[in-house]
Amino acid sequence: MLSRTAENLYWLARYVERAEYLARTIEATLRVTALPDAYAGKTNEWESALLTAGISEAFFALHDEANERTVVEFIAFSEENPSSIKNCIEIARLNSRSVRTALTSEMWDTINGAWIELHQTWKNGTRSREDLDHFLRFVQETSLRFDGSAYRTMLRNDAYWFSRLGLHLERADNTARILDVKYHMLLPEEEHVGGPLDYYQWTSILRSVSAQTAYHWVYRETLKPWLIADLLILNNSLPRSLASCYDNLVRNLDQIGVAYSRQGPAQRHARGVRNRLEHANMDDLFQRGLHEFIQEFIGDNSRLGDIIAKQYLI
Amino acid sequence: MAVAFDEMNGPSGDLRQAYRELSLWLKETPPDALEFRRKEAELLFRRIGITFAVYGDSESTERLIPFDVIPRILSGKEWTLLEKGLKQRVKALNMFLSDIYHGREILRAGKVPDDLIFQNPVFRPEMNGQDVPHDVYVHIAGIDIVRVDPEHFYVLEDNARTPSGVSYMLENREIMMRLFPDLFARHRVAPVENYPDELLAALRSVAPLTATAEPTVALLTPGVFNSAYYEHSFLADKLGIELVEGRDLIVKNDEVFMRTTEGLKRVDVIYRRLDDDYLDPLSFRPDSALGVPGLMSVYMAGNVTLANAVGTGISDDKAIYSYMPEIVRFYLDEEPILKNVPTWRCREEKDLSYVLDNMHELVVKEVHGSGGYGMLIGPASTKSMIDEFRAKVKSDPTGFIAQPTLALSTCPTCTASGLAPRHVDLRPFVLTGREHTTVVPGGLTRVALKEGSLVVNSSQGGGTKDTWILDD
Repeated sequence: MLSRTAENLYWLARYVERAEYLARTIEATLRVTALPDAYAGKTNEWESALLTAGISEAFFALHDEANERTVVEFIAFSEENPSSIKNCIEIARLNSRSVRTALTSEMWDTINGAWIELHQTWKNGTRSREDLDHFLRFVQETSLRFDGSAYRTMLRNDAYWFSRLGLHLERADNTARILDVKYHMLLPEEEHVGGPLDYYQWTSILRSVSAQTAYHWVYRETLKPWLIADLLILNNSLPRSLASCYDNLVRNLDQIGVAYSRQGPAQRHARGVRNRLEHANMDDLFQRGLHEFIQEFIGDNSRLGDIIAKQYLI
Repeated sequence: MAVAFDEMNGPSGDLRQAYRELSLWLKETPPDALEFRRKEAELLFRRIGITFAVYGDSESTERLIPFDVIPRILSGKEWTLLEKGLKQRVKALNMFLSDIYHGREILRAGKVPDDLIFQNPVFRPEMNGQDVPHDVYVHIAGIDIVRVDPEHFYVLEDNARTPSGVSYMLENREIMMRLFPDLFARHRVAPVENYPDELLAALRSVAPLTATAEPTVALLTPGVFNSAYYEHSFLADKLGIELVEGRDLIVKNDEVFMRTTEGLKRVDVIYRRLDDDYLDPLSFRPDSALGVPGLMSVYMAGNVTLANAVGTGISDDKAIYSYMPEIVRFYLDEEPILKNVPTWRCREEKDLSYVLDNMHELVVKEVHGSGGYGMLIGPASTKSMIDEFRAKVKSDPTGFIAQPTLALSTCPTCTASGLAPRHVDLRPFVLTGREHTTVVPGGLTRVALKEGSLVVNSSQGGGTKDTWILDD
C-alpha cells in the first residue's frame, strides 16, 4: 500500500485513541475535584490533568491559572491546542478523507458523523456540567465505535495492521504518561495504608484507563498502589497496560513482516521492549526506580514510532 | 428569448412518451412524500460525504450539491442519436490533437487559423512531434449537451482536460434506487454502474509498451483540498487503484514509481486529475508543489501514459470550439451529428462589432474560462454589468466568444412552491481506449435551481438530477 495511506491510517487511529484518552482524563479529574479537600488533597488536579495530557507548557503559555473552566476548554475545544479533542477529531477526519479508499464505510461513517456532530452540536463548546458529560460520552462512544468498526469490518491486511499500530502506540504512550505524573503515589515506601486521600487518587488513575472493575477482578483486594502499578504496567490481560500494548504491537508488526516477507528494526525494537516487560517484576521495578523505568519506556515507545515511520511510512 | 422546450410536457403541452410513467407516479405521490425523500437524500449525501469545495468561500469549505429527486428522462431513441454524435465528436477531437502536435494538416488546409493554436496559452510546445501511447489524447471527455427543441442536441462545451462530475452520475443513481424502488420498478432504466469497469479497461488498454502485462494504474489527485476530491477518492475506490498525490510519486531513470510500504512500485498509467500546469514543476509551473518533478521526462520517454494527455486543453478552448463542425468534416468526412451553438468570435472584427452592439441578448464567455466563471449572460445582467463586460471584451477581443442566449430545455424539478420547470444541461462521459470508444448510457444532468436561471454550474448554485435512459 502507499506509504502515505499507511501513515494516515496510523495517525487516524492515534488521534481517535488520543481523543478518548483526553475525554477520560477530564472525566477522572472532574470526579476527584468534586471531592472535599480532605479526600482529594490540595494538589491542583487540573494541573496534573494537563501534565498527563502532555500539554502543560502549551497551556501556561496562554493561561495563568489552571482551573476547571480553563483546562476543560483547553483540552476539549481549544483551537490553540493542537491536540485538543476538537482538533483530534478534525485531524482524524482530514486523515480519513485522504484515505477514504482504505476505510470501510462504517469507519468513515463514524468519523464523518462525529465531525458533523462536533460542528453542529458542539460548535460553541458546552454550557453546563450536564452538557460536558454528554460531550465526553460522545467522544468516548466515537472511539468505541471507530475501534469496533475497524475490528469488525476491516480486511485483515496491512491497512488494518498499521491502524492497530497507531492505536497501541498511542495507548501505551497515554498509560505511561499517567504513570509518569502519578508514579509517586504508587510507591510502596509511602506506606499510607488506604488513607482517604490516596485512595481517591488511585481510583482516579484506574478510572482514566477504565480499569476500576478490572482491578478488583484481577487482585480481589482493596486498592494497593503497587498492585495498581503492576496492573497498568505488567498485566497483559488489561488492554491498556504497557504489556498488553506491546503484545499487540509485536503481533501486528510480525503480521506486516510476514506479509512483506521482511523483518526490520521496528520488529526488533518492539520485541526488545516486549521482552523487557515480560521478564520484569514489580519488586525489581521499584528497586531500580519506577520513575526511571517509566521515563525509559516513554523514550522507547516514541523511538518505536520513529522507527516505524522510517521503515514504512516515508 | 423564446419559451423553453419542456422535456416532460413538450412544445404543445402534450405529455411526452418517455415521461408518461413518471407523470402518473407524480400524480399518485403526495407532495409531502416527495419532500420526505428529498430530505432523506440530502442526509445520505452528507453522511457519505459527497461534498465539493467552493473556491474563495471561506465560510463553508465543504458544501453539498443540491440533488433534485425528479429524474431527467431520455428515450432510447434520443440516446442512440446522442451516443453516435458523441463518439463522432470525440473521435474527431482525438484526431485533431494528434494532427496539431504532428503534421498539422488542418492548419495547412487553412481550416483553423494558425495563431489560434500557436498563440494559445494551453497549447503545449513540449508535445510537438511527441507520440502518445496508442495515439489517444482524450481518454475521458465530458461533453456538455443542451437542447432547445425535441429534435436537436447542441454541444455547449467540450471538456477534454480533466472533466469532473461522473461520481454524481453514479451516486445519484445509487441514491435514487434506494429511495424510489417503486419508481424504478415501473421503468426500464439503462444501468450506469459499469462505468468504473469501462474506465479501468480503457486506462489499462493504453498502457505504454514498456509496461508489464498487468499495468499499474493510479489516480493522481491534487489532494483533499481540491474541490473535486470526493470524486477522486470515490473513483479510485471503485476502480480499485491507488489514489496518489504528487508526493507519493518519484521519478528514477525515466520511470515513475509510487512509494509504498514495501518500497517503490512502478506506475504505468496515471489518470491525472491535475491540470497540465501543475503536473511537473520542472517543465511547467516551478512553484507547483502538487506535481511530480521529472514526470514529463518519463512521459517523453514513453514509460508512462497520462490520461488525459498533456496539451488537450487546446481542444476544449472555446475559440477552437467554434471550428468543431469544420474539424469533424475535415477528419471524418462526415456531417457533425451534434450541432454547435452558433458562435461569434470576437477576434474577428465583424463579429466583434455585432457582439458589442448586442451584448444585452448574448452570452459572452472567456475562451479559457470554465465552471461558469468569467461569463456574462446578457438578458440576466444589469446595464452596468454589461458595460463593465463590454470594456473587458474591447480590451482583449481574442479572449472572448459570444453565443445567442439559448432557451435551454426544462425538466420538472422540486421547488419551494411545488414542482416547476427548471433549465437543464447534460454532461455524458465518453471513454476512449486503444480500440473502443464507449459512452455509458446516462450522464450528469445539471439543473439551474433558481427560476429562469440558465447557470447550471454547481459552483453557482446549480443542482443535479439522475439521468435515465429508457430502454424502448
